[in-house]
Amino acid sequence: MSRLFPHPILSALLVVTWLLLVNDFRWGSLVFGMILGLVIPLFIKPYWPYRSTLKSLPKYASYMLLVFWDIIVANIQVARIVLFKPNSQLKPAWIVIPLDIRTPEAITVLAGTITLTPGTVSCDLSECGHALLVHCLHAPDPAAVVADIKTRYESRLKEIFA
Amino acid sequence: MDLFFEILVSALLVIGGFFGLVGSYGLVKLPDPMTRLHGPTKSATLGVGGVLLASMIYFAWFGAAPSLHELLITLFILLTAPVTGLMIAKANIHLQWTRDELPPTGTGTNWATLSDRPSLMDDGADLRLVDEGD
Repeated sequence: MSRLFPHPILSALLVVTWLLLVNDFRWGSLVFGMILGLVIPLFIKPYWPYRSTLKSLPKYASYMLLVFWDIIVANIQVARIVLFKPNSQLKPAWIVIPLDIRTPEAITVLAGTITLTPGTVSCDLSECGHALLVHCLHAPDPAAVVADIKTRYESRLKEIFA
Repeated sequence: MDLFFEILVSALLVIGGFFGLVGSYGLVKLPDPMTRLHGPTKSATLGVGGVLLASMIYFAWFGAAPSLHELLITLFILLTAPVTGLMIAKANIHLQWTRDELPPTGTGTNWATLSDRPSLMDDGADLRLVDEGD
């Protein structure tokens, strides 16, 4: 089974995405979606050799809701900074986040989350993959930002990805 | 009921337009390339999201059938925004930043973008990511 489906979650996601693209349920589209879900992961397998495991799907769903909420808050915060803060009062800063998570999938999700949420953009990873470079739009207290990201997102991701 | 949905759709369109505008204004107003990156990666997501939500509600209520394409567009935007942000940041690090200007990694290795040896990820990616430097 695992030779045929190297990434079962990706396969399921591809079928759902294809059905959404067609926007109208037909059995033919379902079959074609399943063919895509079978073939694409097989092509990707050489570049993604290890199977990623999600430990808990409900926890991942609640993480997504948290991120959606934070994206809305992030937009309002950034809009306020852009509109009302003069450039001279702006304190942009580089911060370094030492990572406790080790799987590439978890690090990717964390980096994406950081880019989408309040005033931070993830920019680079250390060569060994153990630290993340993040740019803050306005960070009077960089240490607080690091602590916030670690407790709010990283600890949750640690429970989600095995 | 029609009136309620008309107001809802209009409000979402105005909110979406507002955040799109603020994102573009941020691109002009903020002082340097790194801070400018913050405008489009965030305000634009909510800007586009508001318009898409309005479109979804409009077609579900006034149109012939509910349309799910908007969900897909939202998904694709949320997937691509961080990647473009990362690529622009990397290009900017290549052009304007040196190793001394960036904070140290604290792990004994360089930042991947400014590294001068071949990538650790080129072969056997995951295992070495887990082992090296521990």
